[in-house]
Amino acid sequence: MPVSKEILDEIALSPAEYQMIVDRLDREPNPVELGMFGALWSEHCGYKHSRPLLGMLPSTSARTLSQAGAENAGAIDIGDGLAVVFKVESHNHPSAVEPLQGAATGVGGIVRDILAMGARPIALLNSLRFGPPEQPANRRLLRGVVDGIGWYGNCIGVPDVAGEIYFDESYSQNPLVNAMCVGIAPVKDLASAAANTPGDVLLLVGAGTGRDGIHGASGLASRTFEEEQELRPTVQVGNPFLEKVLIEACLEALGTGKVRALQDLGAAGLTSAAVESVARGERGFALDINQVHRREEGMTGYEVMLSESQERMLLVAAPEHVQDVSAVFEKWDVPCRAVGVVTEERVARVTEGSDSLAAAPVPHLADAPRYRLTGSPSPDDAARQHLQLSDVPLPTDAELGDAGEVLLRLLASPNVASKRHVYRQYDHQVQTNTVVPPGAGDAAVLRVKGTGKAIAVAIDGNGRQCFLDPYQGAQRVVAEVTRNLSCVGAEPLALTDCLNFGNPERPDIYYQLEGCISGMADACRELGLPVVSGNVSLYNESQGAAIFPTPIVGGLGLLEDARKHCGAGFPAGGLAVVLLGAGELSAGSHDLAGSEYLSVVHGLIRGRPQIDLSLERRVQELCRRLIADGIARSAHDCSDGGFAVALAESCVLGDTRVGGSGPVGFTASAEFTASIPGRWDAALFGEAASRILVSVDPANLAATLSAAEETGVPACPVGETGGERLSFGPLLDVAVADLADSWYGGLSDAWK
Amino acid sequence: MRFGILVFPGTWSDTDCHHAVSGVLGQRADYIWHKDSDLAGYDAIIVPGGFSYGDYLRAGAIAKFSPVMSAVREFAQSGGPVIGICNGFQILCEAGLLPGALRRNGHLEYRCQWTHLRAERADTIFTSRCDQRRPLAIPVSHGEGSYFADPATIAELEAGGRVLFRYCEPDGRVTDAANPNGSVANIAGILNESGNVLGMMPHPERSCELLLGSDDGNLIFGSMVDAVAAATAGDLQADPAR
Repeated sequence: MPVSKEILDEIALSPAEYQMIVDRLDREPNPVELGMFGALWSEHCGYKHSRPLLGMLPSTSARTLSQAGAENAGAIDIGDGLAVVFKVESHNHPSAVEPLQGAATGVGGIVRDILAMGARPIALLNSLRFGPPEQPANRRLLRGVVDGIGWYGNCIGVPDVAGEIYFDESYSQNPLVNAMCVGIAPVKDLASAAANTPGDVLLLVGAGTGRDGIHGASGLASRTFEEEQELRPTVQVGNPFLEKVLIEACLEALGTGKVRALQDLGAAGLTSAAVESVARGERGFALDINQVHRREEGMTGYEVMLSESQERMLLVAAPEHVQDVSAVFEKWDVPCRAVGVVTEERVARVTEGSDSLAAAPVPHLADAPRYRLTGSPSPDDAARQHLQLSDVPLPTDAELGDAGEVLLRLLASPNVASKRHVYRQYDHQVQTNTVVPPGAGDAAVLRVKGTGKAIAVAIDGNGRQCFLDPYQGAQRVVAEVTRNLSCVGAEPLALTDCLNFGNPERPDIYYQLEGCISGMADACRELGLPVVSGNVSLYNESQGAAIFPTPIVGGLGLLEDARKHCGAGFPAGGLAVVLLGAGELSAGSHDLAGSEYLSVVHGLIRGRPQIDLSLERRVQELCRRLIADGIARSAHDCSDGGFAVALAESCVLGDTRVGGSGPVGFTASAEFTASIPGRWDAALFGEAASRILVSVDPANLAATLSAAEETGVPACPVGETGGERLSFGPLLDVAVADLADSWYGGLSDAWK
Repeated sequence: MRFGILVFPGTWSDTDCHHAVSGVLGQRADYIWHKDSDLAGYDAIIVPGGFSYGDYLRAGAIAKFSPVMSAVREFAQSGGPVIGICNGFQILCEAGLLPGALRRNGHLEYRCQWTHLRAERADTIFTSRCDQRRPLAIPVSHGEGSYFADPATIAELEAGGRVLFRYCEPDGRVTDAANPNGSVANIAGILNESGNVLGMMPHPERSCELLLGSDDGNLIFGSMVDAVAAATAGDLQADPAR
């Protein structure tokens, strides 16, 4: 073999894969070809370890217009001739090296994925994971990532409407930055990324090509972080202004009807964009790198083909239309160059003037090897899953604090605390569609102009529970994201996922990957939802330790009537509060599994989380019905921190209308307080799934309970809103102002 | 009436302003490309928010050299109503149509949040529909919105009744806590000397529908519509031949 192990490591190919390339080409690849194979066969582009498992996920429904992987993002029919396009993608490794640019270009990249569908980007979401904020290095990453998301998103005029942030030691040095973008387009205007007509011209538009980001896909995304300092030049640098102009110019160009296809340049740059376009169209291409406009001199063909310079798109147009398409970019002062043509012959030909640089069959390039490995649980799994209540001492006044103190501690935990300090740095209103803004409800609601409808979007993950039980944990993630949609009154329509895991070549990690995907698949089937797009990020490890297995799921829901939405805060005093999904507070060890309480108060990550998906479905249906009928005045699901934290959050949020009066108190009924079991910690702070707290006018209480009975959902009245305290008689009695201080203050130390 | 809405590369509130004045208020509105310089036929000009030219160099610093800004200057000088919102305010200051400057927010962070504004006067073309006693709920979204001018200029603005909007509590009290960016004297919006050019950091186009939380922005755009209608009626009376 004429290629050294060092070179193969550089492009993240194994010796066996190199041999596979030699066999397919029937010769040694030259350096440019090898670089192209390395990029396209990277985990990031080629999904070597994940594709065989991803097949488990349902990908179609009556509303799907494109399937996962067939185009750049999934498209869902929302009626009125409109499609919503959405996808989530990771930018973990670049963000670990350079958080501001890493996160910013993560936003830029996912926006171009949506743009490549011909859709106008209308919303951004993000899901972030960091190590504990007590450590300065983690705070630096947190601030850098938040600054990067804000800098880029605010400049391009796409509102950042929802997200989540969690902290755990397993993400120290390996933060997760998952960005989701949502777009909208008339169904008839959806664009394709398939270059299928020989003779068509390949137009490269946008930024000049530089040396930034070379090997971003194959290098960064396929290795761990021992040498991260050396990788700085492989992080891309963003220009959000150019992205904004690129969005407008591309949409205007599409409006001419003269663009056959378009494709974003993301991981593996021009190589991936050109090869994927012609692979979809079952064609080839001939591309002359001399025609590629550059921002640096003296670049080699290898560098031009593998550069990951941002803010570039590849358009495909018939020769007679090139002038009209180019004119649009000229108007916007955006460079547009014809760099190649689509060919009948299915070969990727790259030349530098008359010199040939690469000639490799497209099917070989595009068909990365796939590995189906055998996973096995870590020997520690069983011990971790074993949890008995007797392992967990009940807090007492002297040691761990009473129920009120525990509640305040949980509210101040960075995982639970309000993320207001983050989202108020993001423009969440531009485009004037935001009906339920971040913080006001369990999901964001965006009205759809020109219709009476609204869409809802949310993003969720729970790495700790997936770590304890990949299958059940992933089911709970799907349940939670859809529950959040239902809590604002939206019917869940479809999902997108980003699978963040460690090194899949380790059996225990592969076991987690397989378990999570299979759990998601079963939950999707039970809830009748397709996963229409997604992304996989593997090798998330530092110093030999993997992150928690962290599937992140983004959800799209629809409200037929935008006015019939619901927030999470108690909007007034004098309302009856009802718990849906449970007839009483249970207090078993499984309630505490993987809970925030167990982690914060006892320092334990133990237990085996559970979920009953059939109950989940019924609870969500009931919640949506109560909102649509105008009965529910607020709805908030019980998740991190359990029942008591959800109740406290609804109190602190209170009346969230603009200029509204804010916090509202709550008093539990004597009957309910009396029903709380002796293990009040498990009852109040346990995280059993499928539970939603709604507030209703007292006159509607009976109707609420009978609707629950009709639909087979256990439910119980809890108490009444009003006053300035959250009170469960002698068990717990705290001023709402103190709850608010803890909840709003919990993350502020991270900015000091 | 007919609004002209400027579009620079990097502008993003253009479509929001269009929706507000056209979709909500039912007025005619056109986009005006930054390379154009003909404003004939427009009754009022909106310089919308965004990041014109990426706000490179300094917010609004490059936009002021656009061909369209020369036309806006002439339009303003001849008494035409001009409203600059957010980045539009920054551009009007950079272009010298309004005094002072917008500095980085005092806390150095971008802020997107609801604010309440006290309209200091209800006798201007931008506030005739406002009630000074009832603060307007209008959101801000900016990183560089802290209004600053030297004390002499501030005194001149105050004396001339040119501080049109101040950040206040929902009950109208002007407090430090109600100020989202540390601007001098809680200033949110100012007028030029003739009273036909308004610059404001908050986004009235984002608060024109109750579904989005507030429709107080309509009071500002609606006042402009009334002013143009009154002026047109005046013209007709003065020149019945038209």
